[in-house]
Amino acid sequence: MVKWTEKERSTISAVWEKINIDETGPHIMARVLIVYPWTERYFGSFGDIFTVAAVLNNPKVAAHGKVVLTALDRAVRNMDDIKGVYASLSRLHYEKLHVDPDSFRLLADCITISFACKLRSSLDPQTQATWQKFLSAVVDAMSSQYY
Amino acid sequence: MSLTAEDKAIVKAFWAKASGRAEEVGSEALSRMLAVYPQTKTYFSHWKDLSPKSAQVKKHGKTIMAGVGEGVAKIDNLNAGLLKLSELHAFTLRVDPANFKILSLNILVVFAVLLPAEFTPEVHVALDKFLAALSRALSERYR
Repeated sequence: MVKWTEKERSTISAVWEKINIDETGPHIMARVLIVYPWTERYFGSFGDIFTVAAVLNNPKVAAHGKVVLTALDRAVRNMDDIKGVYASLSRLHYEKLHVDPDSFRLLADCITISFACKLRSSLDPQTQATWQKFLSAVVDAMSSQYY
Repeated sequence: MSLTAEDKAIVKAFWAKASGRAEEVGSEALSRMLAVYPQTKTYFSHWKDLSPKSAQVKKHGKTIMAGVGEGVAKIDNLNAGLLKLSELHAFTLRVDPANFKILSLNILVVFAVLLPAEFTPEVHVALDKFLAALSRALSERYR
């Protein structure tokens, strides 16, 4: 289990409070598909995601971005059991969806960068450090059921 | 994942906007790297002050971005163009090349913080590819 100080808990909540899932979720998902195009392999049912314009206008991409951030909300609310929060999601991504767990790391980087665009200097170095610690715990938890 | 002509054009155009703030980008990126990845502090044990406002961090941030600028200028042949820098990192500094990825991420974060409107997904992917190519060029002389 990851240990969190009081300061870290309040930092993560403060960052999360500033994020609008409906606004930022779509940006993050679009960024992953544009910056790391090999991740397109997991979204065969999304239709056209093969050009930048198509990705940015694709409603299924936007919807999935909101799904991802909604799941992240569960982790923010249950920071002492992130592994528990993601156990079944992890199993699903391995057994049914066959997603390479390195993808979770790529997604985490896009989350950090999208947040940086939105929060700008309020995502100062210490805040970034705490937020990336949280995302590492999420990535570990999402990779935990791959065996 | 080599740079297309379009990638190079995007990188050059973005650099034209960002290079005026190179010193700020460099010291911010370095500060974030030291804060978020404390293992990188091992390369700076000879510095008295690793805080973001320190003179050493600011100076070194400027040095780093001069290297990035050199990469932009020599974008058509990074491996040959950055040979001397590669030798410096390989033989003198002996920085584990895994750290190039870490610094690259933090440079991108700072671009996002300072120039969010310009740092679109298309610009992001071109810069990510460029920094990866730069990192490969810096690793060239290691072994």
